[in-house]
Amino acid sequence: MEYRRPSPRMWIARQAVLGLSSLILLAILALAGGLLAGGAGAGIGIAVVLAFAISSWFVERGRYRSWGYLERDEDLVVRRGLLFHRLTVVPFGRMQFVDVTAGPVDRVFDLATVQLHTAAAATDARIPGLRSADAARLRDRLAQLGEARASGL
Amino acid sequence: MPAASSQAPALSGRWCRLHPLSPIARIGITLGVVLVIGVPSFTGQQSPSGQTVDLVVVGAAAVLGVAAAVVSWLVTRWRVVGDELQIDTGLVYRQSLRFPLRRIQAVDVVAPLTARILGLAEVRIVSAGTGHHQHGRLAYLSNQEAALVRAQLLALAHGLARETPEPPALPLFHVDNGRLIMSSLLRGWWLGPLLLLAVGAVLAAVNPGGPAGSAHGDTAAAVASLISTAVTGVLALGLDAARTVNGDFDFTVGEAPDGLRLHRGLLQTRHETVPYGRIQAVRLLQPLLWRPFGWARVELDVARQPEARHQGEARQLAHLLAPVASLDQARWLIGRLAPGVPATLTRSGAPPRRAILRAPLAYHYLSIWHDGRWLVTQTGRVRPALVIVPLEKAQSIRLESGPLLRALRLANLRVDTAGRRWVAEALCRDEDEANLLVERLGGLARQARRLSW
Repeated sequence: MEYRRPSPRMWIARQAVLGLSSLILLAILALAGGLLAGGAGAGIGIAVVLAFAISSWFVERGRYRSWGYLERDEDLVVRRGLLFHRLTVVPFGRMQFVDVTAGPVDRVFDLATVQLHTAAAATDARIPGLRSADAARLRDRLAQLGEARASGL
Repeated sequence: MPAASSQAPALSGRWCRLHPLSPIARIGITLGVVLVIGVPSFTGQQSPSGQTVDLVVVGAAAVLGVAAAVVSWLVTRWRVVGDELQIDTGLVYRQSLRFPLRRIQAVDVVAPLTARILGLAEVRIVSAGTGHHQHGRLAYLSNQEAALVRAQLLALAHGLARETPEPPALPLFHVDNGRLIMSSLLRGWWLGPLLLLAVGAVLAAVNPGGPAGSAHGDTAAAVASLISTAVTGVLALGLDAARTVNGDFDFTVGEAPDGLRLHRGLLQTRHETVPYGRIQAVRLLQPLLWRPFGWARVELDVARQPEARHQGEARQLAHLLAPVASLDQARWLIGRLAPGVPATLTRSGAPPRRAILRAPLAYHYLSIWHDGRWLVTQTGRVRPALVIVPLEKAQSIRLESGPLLRALRLANLRVDTAGRRWVAEALCRDEDEANLLVERLGGLARQARRLSW
């Protein structure tokens, strides 16, 4: 079975945030470098920001690609992590509640995060970057499955 | 049964007050403290006016305390009617508590020191709430009444006739009190004060008497402060040990049809029942300093609601099966609770040889075993710990691997339960094996849930 991936919009959103913050940083560092040490200073500032932006871009891309989730008959599998791989399996019968959250950036790009909660505090099953309609559909589906297979503590 | 109904008419549906001595039991300690602190200050007081003021303040505090306790006793009523336990309480904020008997999970009897002196005990009702745990408290009843109420509530909770006597408990374990005292003193923390004393001794030896210069004075002061710190540490540790001994004195575990019966305490006694279904995990722990004596501890993890995370409440929850036991006793106890589970894991469950690179010290202890019902994992470096989890209680299964583990083609497997104290950890497993285990354990957990449901 193939893992389902977050929406490509999540990647666009991440890039947009990265680009914007890099631009702001660029302006500040170039200005500071220029004022302190003239043209050479500005050049160093720009180089630092560019190096930071490029490495972040690769890390973010790896992270984005690592996200995946799989709905199976009896459980939900979520995987994530670039450096530290994590895979979480949550049986539908163990789900206590599902919540959908969307931050300001998420809302601009019409994205949402679905989070599953079980009675165990350590369970960390989160699926970010879903289109809000998909997130709502997944939430309803999970809630329905959870109800059908619910069992006590 | 006329004797029974005359002892506890509340059980046959009449509103009743708690025992008339309850206010005294409730404020006993506080009142004692006030008197102990207050009275000597009168005698030591010089001016007569100051004495009167003190007398008035202490007297007013005592009277207010007594009055509050008496009022609280006056407005509290309880009864059992139909299939409900009803408690009405509160003067300003009226509170009506209703506990459906069917949902009662356990009935505990607790007797703090003052109550014990007066022959009273508190009955605490633990019921399964959907959102949050609500504890019903009947503080206090006389000892006989408490025992009667407990037996009858349990009988009713199990849908039996009211007069059904409490099922007898098969004794499983009784702590050796001498060993308990010894073991509570054998804690790693003692190394702190000992180290301080050693440093003090060395300092004193290196810089003895000598010419009375400033250096000598400094050393003496440093040694004195080191010693005083060490003494404080020893006192604190002694107090901690005393608390452990007081809480777990005469620790007894019994096996009854409805759960484990735990009795313990020196000054304050507790009788608790832990229903089997609430046990989320059992852990066998061998602290470093206990190992030469072959002692071990058996701990318990029960499902707790978020509210119970408060310190006081958490301490009230049963968390031990054996404060200290010989290894054989501990293994027998575990075998009794989890039939078929091996209490020592063989090397057949060990991770692959290359895991020694990732966990050189722990490697020797890492192991895993499972059957259709139980998962047993062993971890530890300094303190080997064996965690036993019933698969039907598994909430989620996690697989994790960092860069180093991945380079060795290893992964960590964790199984979470609703208990909050530990997770079962199978560390440094072969990647392929771990992937297989996730599938297999998931399937077994599903089957176990179906069977138990």
